[in-house]
Amino acid sequence: MKNWYKIASVILILYTVIFGMLGVVPRLPILNETIRNLYYHVPLWWAMMFQMGVSLFYSAKYLKGGNKQDEQFAYNAALVGILLSIPGLITGSLWAKFTWGTWWTFQDPKLNGVAIGILIYVIYFILRASIIQEMARARVSSVFNIFAFVMFMLFIMVFPRLTDSLHPGNGGNPAFGKYDLDNNMRMIFYPAVIGWMCFSGWLLNILNRISLIKSKIDD
Amino acid sequence: MLNRQLLALIKKEFTLEFRQKASLGGILVYVVATIFISALSFNKLIAPAVWNALFWIIFLFSAITICGKSFMKESGGAALNNYVLYKPLTFFASKLIYNFIFLLSISLITLFFYSWFLGFPISNFSMFAIVLVLACMGFSAILTLMSAIASKAENNYTMMSILSFPVLIPVLILVLRLSMQAIDGLSWSVSTDFLLILTSINAICIVLSMLLFPYLWRA
Repeated sequence: MKNWYKIASVILILYTVIFGMLGVVPRLPILNETIRNLYYHVPLWWAMMFQMGVSLFYSAKYLKGGNKQDEQFAYNAALVGILLSIPGLITGSLWAKFTWGTWWTFQDPKLNGVAIGILIYVIYFILRASIIQEMARARVSSVFNIFAFVMFMLFIMVFPRLTDSLHPGNGGNPAFGKYDLDNNMRMIFYPAVIGWMCFSGWLLNILNRISLIKSKIDD
Repeated sequence: MLNRQLLALIKKEFTLEFRQKASLGGILVYVVATIFISALSFNKLIAPAVWNALFWIIFLFSAITICGKSFMKESGGAALNNYVLYKPLTFFASKLIYNFIFLLSISLITLFFYSWFLGFPISNFSMFAIVLVLACMGFSAILTLMSAIASKAENNYTMMSILSFPVLIPVLILVLRLSMQAIDGLSWSVSTDFLLILTSINAICIVLSMLLFPYLWRA
């Protein structure tokens, strides 16, 4: 069963979409029914971070081993990560409009972190496109990918120390973890995280196979 | 042996810099003109928070200009000569140390003219001086690596600045916060935590760029 994760992603995402809408949720001030966004918004970001980690892994593997294919996989993983960030941004922005009353704010470390994360990967794509010679392109973009990922992680660790987050569960805002009613939500949230990670793995698998075929045709 | 090589390389950098007086003078005029324009546009002494932000923005852009040309000269025959003669780490360390010294002296000149034209609101100068040195250290480590990356890409001046912005942000926000505390004259106990974080980020930047540079070396 090498396709287990594809089946798992379909079942888990279907399950979380259906039961996320039907399930019981705690009534919390400000959040109300928007708390259901936890099932859709947060797992997308987890999947994005997961793919960026995968991208880092392949970049490091390329620098160590020198296999051209690994570098292509790193690029593909970053592509999947950026792709997932788009629905992540849209769900987050919609949610923020109904709870904070604004589409975007610069007061929140998580929003700033995401903005910088997306900026870093867009620049990674630009850098990769701007080098013509194949060997140099692979090495230079891998080096940038690793350095930028580490700086991004540092940013995510440093910035929350400077300002409080507006996100639920931070700075005294209500969130599901603080109450007893959360077990219903956990039953949907964790499967959603796993489901979207499996789904991102599936996307990466398709992109990787396409680039393998392309490289075979070129040779 | 290694240290003698390092010292000789740093000396070579300075000799080259002072031989091309136009480029050195260019940077000085760039800094002073920017400060003069800021003074003209504000047309009066400015609030400490604005003073702080403007100073570091000027610092950011002059740092990118200064460090951006580190590897521009090293192409073709010169690069081949370097490959044969030096170890990558020695070569990178010489560029880093040279950039650090150069950046520090330019930032002191910037501070002099800036205080002359726009006032001097700093209450805790020794803390500000430490922040300035740490900022120069972090910036030179990041920008030297980014300059090495940008030198491999097409149209590398644009590349240099867009590569640098997102990765500089963790250092920049910490520096902004710390220097604001120095301006407000808060006691040392408030800032020790942040100073430690900044120092460790600098250490990570220096170690990481030294680890990654050898991969760029022969790209």
